[in-house]
Amino acid sequence: MKPGPLYQRDRDWHPPALTPDYKTSVSRSPQYSMISLETGVGEITGPVFGHNDIDPVDKDLLSNYAKSGESPIGERIILHGRVLDENARPVPNTLVEIWQANAGGRYRHKKDTYIAPIDPNFGGCGRTLSDENGCYHFRTVKPGAYPWRNWINNWRPAHIHMSIFGTAFAQRLITQCYFEGDPLIDKCPILKSIPDPLAIEQLVARLDLNATIPLDTIAYKFDIVVRGRRSTMFENRPEGN
Amino acid sequence: MRQELNYLKETPSQTAGPYVHIGLAPGAAGFDIYRQELGWDIAGPNAKGERIRVEGCVIDGMGSPIKDVLLEAWQANADGIYAHPEHEGEVEEGFHGWGRVITDFDTGEWGFDTVKPGPVTAPDGKVIAPHISLWIVARGINVGLQTRVYFEDEAETNATDTVLNLIEWEHRRQTLIARKSERDGKPVYRFDIKLQGQDETVFFDI
Ligand SMILES: [Fe+2]
Repeated sequence: MKPGPLYQRDRDWHPPALTPDYKTSVSRSPQYSMISLETGVGEITGPVFGHNDIDPVDKDLLSNYAKSGESPIGERIILHGRVLDENARPVPNTLVEIWQANAGGRYRHKKDTYIAPIDPNFGGCGRTLSDENGCYHFRTVKPGAYPWRNWINNWRPAHIHMSIFGTAFAQRLITQCYFEGDPLIDKCPILKSIPDPLAIEQLVARLDLNATIPLDTIAYKFDIVVRGRRSTMFENRPEGN
Repeated sequence: MRQELNYLKETPSQTAGPYVHIGLAPGAAGFDIYRQELGWDIAGPNAKGERIRVEGCVIDGMGSPIKDVLLEAWQANADGIYAHPEHEGEVEEGFHGWGRVITDFDTGEWGFDTVKPGPVTAPDGKVIAPHISLWIVARGINVGLQTRVYFEDEAETNATDTVLNLIEWEHRRQTLIARKSERDGKPVYRFDIKLQGQDETVFFDI
């Protein structure tokens, strides 16, 4: 048996393109039906990254931008988990990239003008490759909530943006990781673009006391699932028959 | 015992938001952090084939270019081989076939240099017309959009391409054909992506 096409993406589990309570989606959501394709050679392949592409320090947001001997302000956290596919198999050696606001809810970005200050010791991005068991981990500070212009009084729950490759271009995914217990989760129009409450729950990292470093850093666990692939047990019938 | 399927669900997508550059192109966000940013060189120095530029805008439903888009490209080399262990064949040293590009904060223009991909032969023997796959994310886009850039000057293979022919409305196929011009002796293909309207670009659910 060799791996075949990807399982069809469950569009009911993802947010639809048009979610009017998230206003920006109104003019940026395609209106015609997408054309559905079987995944072919250009979709089951995708870029491959190696340890030459990135550096070990890239996954440590406490130190990857801090001046020597200093560190960013905020709650020190480990964010860790596994990258799996829908068949629950680990996805090793895949690139995971993250970005986030600092502990005050401010992004290091020339377009962010929020009043909360930039932290001179915090860049706000990291990247790593999952190991042979699909495990990844980052060290960072817990991001702060921040206001955004949608309705006049919208606040994003604390979140870390995540980008995942998998092994196939059709597995490419960007999502956001939230934190257990945040009262803003129920109020966020971006989170509520996802119709199924169980799917929302999949985006909430759990406090993981077993992974903390006592007296040093608290931990949250967030597993990522990319699309799975069919096993080709039988040849497809030739088209047209 | 009740039988269980035990499949996991794919992690739901969320918008990349307006600050996607921090994570995927920090230089554009305004700071220097990594030894190297990924995806700026698609073809590398040794790739055979014709050097081309592909450029365009992503236009919203109001007709305005979007200025906070990130696009990723995935393509075969000039021999029609993808740089991936599951595709048999060799690619040139340094050829990745993958790239990442952002739109200009003022104009909304994006563009990348690469080599023109060759036709790809599928496992069933069918020939897929030369194309570059694009993945598009931005604030307001809840799930990354997938589309394909085909080339105006490949009319013959375009005419038999299975994917193009799957699009029932023939005029909509035109939204996937990049228009060729020339700048400083180099071929430039224009590919504007329209998110809404009568000439909305064809997007794929792959
Ligand atoms: Fe954010």
